[in-house]
Amino acid sequence: MAGPMSGNRLDRREAVPALLGDVSGKLVISGLAGPAQDVGAHTKETPNAFLLTGAMGAAVPMGLGVALAQPDRQVLTVTGDGELLMNLGSLAVVGAMNPPNLSIVCVDNGAYGETGYQPSHTSRGVDLEAIARGAGIPLTMTVDGMDDIPAARDLLAREDAPVFVLLRVSTEPSARYKRSLDAVQRKNLFRDLLGGA
Amino acid sequence: MARDLTLGPEWSHVMYERLKAEGVSIFAWVPDGGHKVPIARSLEDDDVISVPLTREDEGVALLAGAHLGRKKGVLLVQSSGAGNCTNMLSLNAIGRFPLLMLVTMRGEFGEQNPWQIPMGKGAQPSLEAMGVHCLRVERPDDVETTVVAGLNMAYSADQAVAVLLTQKLIGAKGF
Repeated sequence: MAGPMSGNRLDRREAVPALLGDVSGKLVISGLAGPAQDVGAHTKETPNAFLLTGAMGAAVPMGLGVALAQPDRQVLTVTGDGELLMNLGSLAVVGAMNPPNLSIVCVDNGAYGETGYQPSHTSRGVDLEAIARGAGIPLTMTVDGMDDIPAARDLLAREDAPVFVLLRVSTEPSARYKRSLDAVQRKNLFRDLLGGA
Repeated sequence: MARDLTLGPEWSHVMYERLKAEGVSIFAWVPDGGHKVPIARSLEDDDVISVPLTREDEGVALLAGAHLGRKKGVLLVQSSGAGNCTNMLSLNAIGRFPLLMLVTMRGEFGEQNPWQIPMGKGAQPSLEAMGVHCLRVERPDDVETTVVAGLNMAYSADQAVAVLLTQKLIGAKGF
């Protein structure tokens, strides 16, 4: 099941919480599948976290939309390698808009876990950090070990430019979390948090 | 930028100004000759955010995110991009996210490029298959009222709406 590059990689159940830290002050968008489980387990789905369960490819542009609409709030988007590969162009839109309040974490397990762990392109040499940097995102980093986590957390705390962190993990499953599938309810909770008309 | 009619038709300027007056502050677009007025004006307008997309469905997700962030936006696409939006419109269907798409039509009245015809024919049915309400406009005088109607359906009734700016309105491009 594990791909050729998955030996000695981080366990996402440990690495994702260590990397994200306290996100209670941020607005969080998570893409479908493993990342939604990771973020659900980490946040317990507080109102500031909107987790997708479909609409593959939505996480980055949706996070960008939140960031553009709420320039005074820090926005964190969590996605996976499979989802990001489906919508690489969204990185170019982030690069073009250059929102200083948006950070993107891509949990890269090199596989499409949701559909049976078919190897993704990142286990065949595709480097999503290089693509993000090439798309014009100025602050990027790849996390390969727990030693890299403090520097990556510092990067995610930056508020002067968009950030992209590639978190390379093993194909061990994400933490399980039974999330709400009621997107209308989650939308309303998120919007209520931001008040206004 | 003022209403420069050398840039494009008056109805397009009126539409842009009315969208702004109705509180639209994000214009997400793919390049398009039929939308050159709102694209050019939004790019030079400090009061709005103009977002160049690489693909239409990014705009569907981006405007859902903007709605989470309590801002109104509009998506400017061609009929050829309607098909690119199909799966992403799940977001609107399941989350009742408002969406106003302004779709310039190709492949219909007077089209001379046969490659435009299949998606021109398929645009409205594919949008409707995903639950998007389609409002067609054929006359310049109907643009403003239709856009406002669509905006109200979107942002007051939480619907996904496409205003189809038909080729009868825009004119067929010579080919």
